Amino acid sequence: MIETGEILQTMRMIQEENFDIRTITLGINLLDCSDPDPAKCAERVYEKICKTARKLVRTGEDIETEFGIPIVNKRISVTPVSMICQGDPRPIAFALDRAAAEVGVNFLGGYSALMHKGATKADERLLASIPEVLSETKLLCSSVNVASTRSGINMNAVREMGEIIKKTAEMTADSDGLGCAKLVVFANAVEDNPFMAGAFCGPGEPECAINVGVSGPGVVKVALESVKGQPFDVIAETIKRTAFKITRVGQLVAREASQRLGIPFGIVDLSLAPTPARGDSVAHILMEMGLEMAGAPGTTAALALLNDAVKKGGVMASNHVGGLSGAFIPVSEDIGMIEAAAAGALTLEKLEAMTCVCSVGLDMIAIPGDTSAAAISGIIADEAAIGMVNNKTTAVRVIPAVGKKAGDRVEFGGLLGFAPVMPVNPMRNDEFIARGGRIPAPLHSLRN
Amino acid sequence: MTKALISVTGLDTTGIIASVATRLSEMNINILDITQTILDGYFTMMMIVDLDGANLDFEEINRRLQPVRDEKKMTIHMQRMDIFDAMHRI
Repeated sequence: MIETGEILQTMRMIQEENFDIRTITLGINLLDCSDPDPAKCAERVYEKICKTARKLVRTGEDIETEFGIPIVNKRISVTPVSMICQGDPRPIAFALDRAAAEVGVNFLGGYSALMHKGATKADERLLASIPEVLSETKLLCSSVNVASTRSGINMNAVREMGEIIKKTAEMTADSDGLGCAKLVVFANAVEDNPFMAGAFCGPGEPECAINVGVSGPGVVKVALESVKGQPFDVIAETIKRTAFKITRVGQLVAREASQRLGIPFGIVDLSLAPTPARGDSVAHILMEMGLEMAGAPGTTAALALLNDAVKKGGVMASNHVGGLSGAFIPVSEDIGMIEAAAAGALTLEKLEAMTCVCSVGLDMIAIPGDTSAAAISGIIADEAAIGMVNNKTTAVRVIPAVGKKAGDRVEFGGLLGFAPVMPVNPMRNDEFIARGGRIPAPLHSLRN
Repeated sequence: MTKALISVTGLDTTGIIASVATRLSEMNINILDITQTILDGYFTMMMIVDLDGANLDFEEINRRLQPVRDEKKMTIHMQRMDIFDAMHRI
């Protein structure tokens, strides 16, 4: 029988420490919806999503009520649209947005292109349409994979993405560049990621699958409060134990959702995902380890320990772990990161170092509106290089704040939060970005 | 067996246990375990119950506990036991 203390601990984690399931994401394969006529393709896409995801939101809400664990988002990820569109991709984008609204999900991801080695005609059409599509849709998220350890970095795509991010910011300037919050550039993108903006249902995925992302930085922070002054061995062990408990609930929710929907279980993503709410911050975990603020010397080491311990604890708690799995360090979505950036403790360069040891990359960072497209491409190239060489997923989701400069503030609302505009190194790199071509894959890509 | 935890908290007053137990009995829900304590005048009770006898869905059972919440001014949460088993038992 479960003891009273254990029951109280679980209840405290949920009620006071912001433990929640961040998302149940339903991956849907759309390859069979392809058609030379974009309108027909859009119609098939709409119908397939409405049919497959009909019960998703209701099922999520039922599980939430019965198990007493908040499930913050219900989402859908689909096959990268560039793989199904044979003509103009825009009708498909609008159909996806309508379908997402119809079934009631919070986001739908997969307006995507995988072009780490090169672009198809469909990839090119999709890229060109991103600024317009993101300014005219509400729930649709877009991602582009520009590099991989196996194939190197597609610098043509990197160059283009700098310009697309600029244009998307300009076209959504009235909402502080919100379009860019729904657009992410990847290296080594994963096929079963349940988190936005980068979720898509990869070509190796089944017809459909349930992927679950857990959360709970607040729980880890509180657990560490009980081991003040102890050596790092104890810190690592405490994080592992906490991550195990969190992930077990993720696994339970995933299994339950899979059974009720009759859709196979895919993975549990072990990521620690913060929100702008106080007590739900990854930066505050780093501070609990003894740093005055995120960005202080030692931050990268603290994050490395956290990221590793989360994986070690979580991996034993689920029979399939996948997605991004690690600690997220978005700036605008984490109150501790926001405060550190506003105080000047956290710079873009320090964040870049942190992305070498964490789950993803430069995430939700507002940069000055006059940052050049080449500078954004340079940031993407640097991040892609880290991912390529270290065999990990990295990503860039920056938001050029139109008409604003370093120190100003942008506001996105909800889970996306708010952020101070961070300065970008002003040295020029136009000639570097203008070269194009491919940066070859590293030697360790040849592993056979 | 579908087990659920019912937690009841609030200012102590007479008849709380009786009130909750009566409601459960009306729904044919069997009580498997009870722990109860008073902390600084606050009543805290945890009940583990078996929902299978009820033949009602979870939401309906929860709804039928509402009069107890209103009448006794208690906070009552009901959740499936699976979440505690998942978190604390391998």
